[in-house]
Amino acid sequence: MKAAPFDYVRVSSIDEACQALADGGEDARIIAGGQTLIPLMAMRLARPTLLIDINEVDDLTGISVNGDNLVIKARTRQADTLASDVVKERLPILADALSHVGHTQTRNRGTVGGSLVNADPSAEIPLIAQTLDATIIAQSTRGERTIAAGDFFESAMATTLAPDECLTAVRFPIWPAANTGFGFHEVSIRDSDFALAAAAAQTTLDSNGNCQRLSVAICGASPAALRLSIVEETLMGSDLNDDAIKTACANIDDLIDPQSDVHADAAYRGRVAKVMARRAISDARDRAKGELV
Amino acid sequence: MPDTTASQEYRYITKKRRVTEDRRFITGRGNFAADYNLPGMLHVAMVTSPYACAEIKGINAEAALALPGVRYVLTGAELFENINPLLSGLDLPNVKRIPLAHERARYAGEWVAAVVAESRHIAEDAVELVEVDYNPIDFVIDPEEAMNADAPLVHPQHGSNILCDKTWVWGDVDDDFEAAPHNLAFRARWSRCSTIPIETFVVTAKCDEGKEMLDVWASIQMPKYPEQIARALSLPVNAINVHFDVDVGGSYGLKRGIRQTVIVSYLTRKLRAPVRFNEDRLENMSGGEMHGPDRIFDMEVAFDDDGIMHSLKIKATDDAGCYPGRAPLQLGKPVSAIVGPYRIKSASYNAISVTTNKTSQEAVRGFGQAPTNFAIEAMVDKVALKLGLDRDEVRRRNLIRADEFPYRIPSGSEYDSGDYHTVLDKLQDSAGWQDLIAKRDAIRATGKLAGIGISTCLEPSGGNSSFEPFFNPKNDTTTWMESCLIKVDMLGSITALMGTSTSGQGHETLLSAVIGEVLERDPDTIRGVHAESLGALPSNSPVGSRMAIMLGGAAAGAAEKIKKQLLEIAAHNFQLPVDRLIYDGGDISVDGDPEKVMNWNLLIDIAHRQYHKMPLGSEPGLQAQHTWEVPTGGALPAEDGTVQMYPCYAFEAHIPLISVDPETGQVEILDYHMGHDCGTVLNPDIVRGMTFGGIAHGIGAALYEKFEYDEGGQHLSGSFMDYLLPSSHEIPHVEMIKHYTPSPLTTFGQKGSGESGYLGAPAAIASAVNDALAPLGKSIETLPMRVRDIEALINGQTE
Amino acid sequence: MSEHKITLTVNGREMSGYAEARLTLVDFLRDVLGQTGTHIGCEHGVCGACSIVLDGKPVRSCLMYAVMADGHEMTTVEGLEGPEGELSPLQDAFWENHAMQCGYCTPGMLIATHTLLQDNPDPNEDEIREAIGGNLCRCTGYQQIVEAVQMTAKKLREAS
Repeated sequence: MKAAPFDYVRVSSIDEACQALADGGEDARIIAGGQTLIPLMAMRLARPTLLIDINEVDDLTGISVNGDNLVIKARTRQADTLASDVVKERLPILADALSHVGHTQTRNRGTVGGSLVNADPSAEIPLIAQTLDATIIAQSTRGERTIAAGDFFESAMATTLAPDECLTAVRFPIWPAANTGFGFHEVSIRDSDFALAAAAAQTTLDSNGNCQRLSVAICGASPAALRLSIVEETLMGSDLNDDAIKTACANIDDLIDPQSDVHADAAYRGRVAKVMARRAISDARDRAKGELV
Repeated sequence: MPDTTASQEYRYITKKRRVTEDRRFITGRGNFAADYNLPGMLHVAMVTSPYACAEIKGINAEAALALPGVRYVLTGAELFENINPLLSGLDLPNVKRIPLAHERARYAGEWVAAVVAESRHIAEDAVELVEVDYNPIDFVIDPEEAMNADAPLVHPQHGSNILCDKTWVWGDVDDDFEAAPHNLAFRARWSRCSTIPIETFVVTAKCDEGKEMLDVWASIQMPKYPEQIARALSLPVNAINVHFDVDVGGSYGLKRGIRQTVIVSYLTRKLRAPVRFNEDRLENMSGGEMHGPDRIFDMEVAFDDDGIMHSLKIKATDDAGCYPGRAPLQLGKPVSAIVGPYRIKSASYNAISVTTNKTSQEAVRGFGQAPTNFAIEAMVDKVALKLGLDRDEVRRRNLIRADEFPYRIPSGSEYDSGDYHTVLDKLQDSAGWQDLIAKRDAIRATGKLAGIGISTCLEPSGGNSSFEPFFNPKNDTTTWMESCLIKVDMLGSITALMGTSTSGQGHETLLSAVIGEVLERDPDTIRGVHAESLGALPSNSPVGSRMAIMLGGAAAGAAEKIKKQLLEIAAHNFQLPVDRLIYDGGDISVDGDPEKVMNWNLLIDIAHRQYHKMPLGSEPGLQAQHTWEVPTGGALPAEDGTVQMYPCYAFEAHIPLISVDPETGQVEILDYHMGHDCGTVLNPDIVRGMTFGGIAHGIGAALYEKFEYDEGGQHLSGSFMDYLLPSSHEIPHVEMIKHYTPSPLTTFGQKGSGESGYLGAPAAIASAVNDALAPLGKSIETLPMRVRDIEALINGQTE
Repeated sequence: MSEHKITLTVNGREMSGYAEARLTLVDFLRDVLGQTGTHIGCEHGVCGACSIVLDGKPVRSCLMYAVMADGHEMTTVEGLEGPEGELSPLQDAFWENHAMQCGYCTPGMLIATHTLLQDNPDPNEDEIREAIGGNLCRCTGYQQIVEAVQMTAKKLREAS
């Protein structure tokens, strides 16, 4: 399991990275954590001709709050994000999801941006980006552009990032903390496996305990993480009682498109995706009410 | 509860002792096969077949050979011309196995050509350039379909996909079924899985042209390895030296890379350079020796109103994969304990081995016993369910009683010893059986499913060859020995040689403790050595849970001979008969006259340097060897189809408590209790570890692990992303209690424990899942019980 | 394909060698620098046998190319002993508890638990199991490994 030959360049700035991408052609790839790319290269399922190493680009790492947004630069390690107090406090849904990403050692190398670009249909970080309408920021020699998460994930392992673009940061909206709660649930075979299905939800309740804001998304049951707008619309304004949540989540068959593989058949994925959505919403409700830590 | 044995008379065995081998592993100084880096070494990578079955019409290696650094491309056709086919366990003259596919590739992933290059990287580059002209042909994946008359033949020259189909009837099975008020039948499925080690198979060979010697360093665990290399290459065995001091990175039966060894041995002679093949994980999982039993059980049992089981019929259909190898013989070992630990007075057994277009099956921990135990235990649970009796109570009523040993089962094996009821009692006590039930019911009350599992199983140990003549009358092997050679050097230190490699069993520790025990010398001063094959005595390698028994017995026997020599030297010098002398810690004194003493150093000095003080005609120096035939071994099967299989029978009982998420099918193991009796325990830490590890393998087999094939014959579980090994999250803490019923057949009363845990855990987990499903009136008889299967069953999505 | 001079600080010693970009860090450590204590189990990032400490954190050395580690500092199993070859408390506890059988996953297990104890000197069983959750062992069922880490933590607590 040795990679096919390739060239390597280490860059020290975002501009250098973009220039290298522009010069390197279609088969040049950015490498940061490499926790998915390197196994694919070992199996020769990926064959970049040039790897552009951004691990020494200091401008690409860091977590900050910018107004109503939490900005995570692309090369920030998953482990650092998980350990970050500001993430735990302002974006607890992401912290919770990150604890399900791989395990300690892969999180020590794996990056937030890498997971987004990789766009695995079962991955947790893209799921949270979809749930919260995150904004992806990309740069190339042609300049910078922002892409809404909803427009970013195209299908399984594919995004709308152009071959010459380098993802530089992701911006997660921070919701006002009062009466807001999140839920995250996933079903996997082993603890650290990719999710067979997962769901994330965040809600804000009004003073009567009714849902005034709700975001729900699932992954593992469609080519990319999927926002369940229809569920959100159905539940908006309701008191999010268990029956209402269950009914709303039962009606997503037309939206999802689960696939079968060696780990689970499509029908199973479809069924448990609904269960995960239901549990995520109900946890979000309970946390918003302060009934769940 | 501390591990203490009843036998306090021992100095070193049975006591906690650090494991000698561990020191090199914790400091990164193990000597694994991939750590041997020879100058000028070439590397092999395999071209693999993308088809389940295809004719190989031609191989064009031109482009590959043109790549700088590529030295050779070896094909099956060339090997076929130049080597002898590999040994098969059955008498199948028309099924010839060559290490690379010859004329026909018979499973997806089969090795078709070996590329040799200056680095593994270049070899892999060149693999992509080898052009193989395939003609895909019909294949068969399902073993039952393979038995149909119109099924595509895996080996057309054999004329059938059935490799063997044998039936034995022991006792009055028909009458017993007729007479019993109840019977039930069901099908149980053990899916293709195994005990995959973390190290793949690695072999390096070097031809020393000056010495005319083939040196082999390999991660091997296999009986008669040098002999098999010699036969394949038409070399005398004394022209091959296998370096058994290579540390093997886990094996559990699987590391049997004779194909790989023949390939690199052929290549090193041909290319006159050292050659290594270090399987990568993809080669290993699809083309190597990683696949284990793949078995369908059709079970029938006759029983009465009290749940007493009177007779048993087992039909086991086993999918051997593409080549027979030793896989069919894994249907044979279960004959050793065909009725489990139960007093079932008659039994019939129909064992069918079928070939399909899958990777060949290899020997796995327990050699077929774990699947059989799973089927037998599922049967006992079903008897209990049908009669509305408790599962532990049905077991108690059927278990062989302590006063009945030695106990001869219908198939002819005599169980040496045991106290099954006491172990079960102790286990239920320590587990808090009633508390577990309360805990289970409390979980059920919250809307989750929960279940308690129970299994009571045997581990046949000691190993012999009885299943070979049993399945192949042309094979009259009855010898199944192990040896030890002890040398006491001129300065008094003790070295013990064995003729096999270690894959984690702690043989060096075993030798030093046993020899220390007999000679009353500090084991820390005794060195056990994995001798190279040319310097070693006969061995059958660490298979069949046999080394504590057999290597332990050989070492004790050799040590007794050393002791005898020392006593004779002392007797000669004191001019007294041996029975007047007292041996104490290596010193010898005269009984009743403690002032008259010859110490260890003096005795050794006489042996090595003072022939004038030696008994007349004795051998100078101080060395002794002992080669021991397995107890109760040495006979061919009797005409009535009975046979004494293994000599010793360890007992284990498992009680896990699990919960099941009814909406996702996820199983969580909440508690795990296990009771174990393997006779006298030579090293408590080693036995504990093997048992915990065996339980982990068993949990994997029960819930996670399966080599999956799709309808197109493609292997879907070729990496660790697809074949799921349980981690520290999935394997629970195990509470183990011990009981010690010595074997009357072995030196210290020890039995085997190398397969412990694995032989009862799959059955216990299955029992627990089915207890969880029982309130729904549902059950699963197929392993692994995966989340999707469990969820689908609970939610009515399947039958 | 590019070839690179790579300089690493391995167990406090600077070591250099040349390698193609595609050589993984574990291959470089083993085959170029001769540090064979670190093992290869799967080469696709699942088994953890190749775990090393990179810049203070445990990582998989099969999931990095050696060239990416150029200029960085690492600890391998060979670096766990004291300067005179004395066993670390963790190594000693692995031995005392027989926290291994074949020894193949052991270097990775030691690295994973060594870094755990640096960050968290008093881990509970769940935290220990989490720390080794990415390191597969087929021999032990993990129990004696957990016990060894618990014993080390206890000893370190008593010593401090």
